[in-house]
Amino acid sequence: MTPSFMRRDRVFDFLAPPLPPDALLDTSHGPILYLEDISVSFDGFKALDALNLYIDDGELRCIIGPNGAGKTTMMDVITGRTRPDAGSAWFGSRIDLLRLDEPAIAKAGIGRKFQKPTVFENLNVVENLELATHGDKAVWRTLVARMDAALRDAIEGVLATIGLEADAYREAGALSHGQKQWLEIGMLLMQRPRLLLLDEPVAGMTHEEIERTAELLQRLAGEHSVVVVEHDMEFVRSIARKVTVLHEGCVLVEGDMATVQADPRVIEVYLGE
Amino acid sequence: MRWLMADKGGLVMLAVLAVVVIVVPLANLVIPPDSALHVSTYTVTLLGKYLCYAVLALALDLVWGYCGVLSLGHGAFFALGGYAMGMYLMRQIGERGVYGHPVLPDFMVFLDWQALPWYWYGFDMFWFAVLMVALVPGLLAFVFGWLAFRSRVTGVYLSIITQALTYALMLAFFRNEMGFGGNNGLTDFKDLLGFDLQADATRVALFLSSALLLALAYLACRAVVGSRLGRVVVAVRDAENRARFLGYRVEYFKLWVFTFSAVLAGLAGALYVPQVGIINPGEFQPLNSIELVIWVAVGGRGTLWGAAAGAVLVNYAKTSFTAVLPEVWLFALGALFVLSTLLLPRGLAGLLRRRGGAS
Repeated sequence: MTPSFMRRDRVFDFLAPPLPPDALLDTSHGPILYLEDISVSFDGFKALDALNLYIDDGELRCIIGPNGAGKTTMMDVITGRTRPDAGSAWFGSRIDLLRLDEPAIAKAGIGRKFQKPTVFENLNVVENLELATHGDKAVWRTLVARMDAALRDAIEGVLATIGLEADAYREAGALSHGQKQWLEIGMLLMQRPRLLLLDEPVAGMTHEEIERTAELLQRLAGEHSVVVVEHDMEFVRSIARKVTVLHEGCVLVEGDMATVQADPRVIEVYLGE
Repeated sequence: MRWLMADKGGLVMLAVLAVVVIVVPLANLVIPPDSALHVSTYTVTLLGKYLCYAVLALALDLVWGYCGVLSLGHGAFFALGGYAMGMYLMRQIGERGVYGHPVLPDFMVFLDWQALPWYWYGFDMFWFAVLMVALVPGLLAFVFGWLAFRSRVTGVYLSIITQALTYALMLAFFRNEMGFGGNNGLTDFKDLLGFDLQADATRVALFLSSALLLALAYLACRAVVGSRLGRVVVAVRDAENRARFLGYRVEYFKLWVFTFSAVLAGLAGALYVPQVGIINPGEFQPLNSIELVIWVAVGGRGTLWGAAAGAVLVNYAKTSFTAVLPEVWLFALGALFVLSTLLLPRGLAGLLRRRGGAS
């Protein structure tokens, strides 16, 4: 194979005009996320064992699995927090996630909600959303950044989506647990991500809050791709179109909820032993 | 200007500063010495010293109170700024030294050195010295911070290595072959920009410069804290990973604040040295940096004006205490720290705020 710098049908890479970040993401082949043969081990323990997972553009996917199945490790790999020992991870067919660090991956369009709701407790709701806004996050730019009309509109839009209009100027630390979860989802939306990774978005929520969250996620799918890791089966059943069951670091079963629930291997993993 | 109007504590502080700036020079220069209202030159210099400490406290509050980086070595940047100014003052002595050498400072003649070391070049020019006052601490903070923050050293580990930094610098500056006067440091200064350092008017001018520096430093810090960068820095303090996954390069933000703070500390040190008349390796002592942390803790971290007030109050207490019961002072200081941590986690500023006072 001719090395790329010797090929006569293309210019040198460094001469090519840089692609705008949005154009870099290429989902024309269908999937927005490709995880292939990903393995991660911690001191001999295989957290992920040759995991293969594909998420389609605009899909709402639920990932379930018993404790230690590797759900959080998988999110760590996608967001750049953990480097896998082997395998490849691509965002669209052009962005190699393994070559980017956390801020670069966030900028490329992947938003992540942590298992424990994590917001900036000493800032108010609007300030939390302001900091999450997409755009230049270099040091000098933030020093001179001003709240402009476009940003104000964006924040108002997200406030309406997550239903926190009335609490816009409350300190985030004073919000209820469920409201913090929503605020964190709102912060992800301000980033304008193409792929949302949500780690247990309804943990600690009341029944009514869970219903509202389910509704919110249904609305987000389509425009965004959403991956939900959840323990709450009731919730998964209410939103899931396609479910992936992880077990011991690899995919056990994939399919719609009914198929998954009927599968004897899943029943064994959840009820057996 | 809106941010300044909302900052009541800061306005009060600036107002007090303005009054002091008008009253003290008048009381020193105009009111005759036998009057009860006369303020001695000693007191003017003492106040000027407190103001330099207040600037140093502001610098620490920015990194500790807002960015959550507890530096236990901020005294090093203060001392480096002081040394840069001291080198200028040494070169100003010229032939008036004990040995009367036209170029070499006394201690170099004493050590039998033949020529000025290369790093002393340029310090005969004031603008160069001022440049170094900002550049040397800034550069050290930048390199040190780059290595530490990039390796994601945080919390107590970072505090310990900052402490090690100032300790290492102290040991280095103690050595005669470093060319900074060793144990004795730099002293016996004569004049600054041609003004006699012993003259009352010069002392008052230095005091006024310190007050001006404090006011400007306060406004600069307040502007930083009020900007989006200030909110990012608080965000990093409270939830570093969240900030990182939102796309902020957390290391760069810490580095920027750390470097900015070191430059401020250096400027404070540069104004401190001509007022106290000496700079020696003792300024690098870890104890100094720890005392600085206590000023900020007592005043109230994360408020800026609280830190500045804490610096002045604790140092005033120190001056009064050490005059009466010198051996008890360290116990008092320790007790102050323990009590303020236990009873006033947000310092005196927090107490005022709880009373429904300044915000």
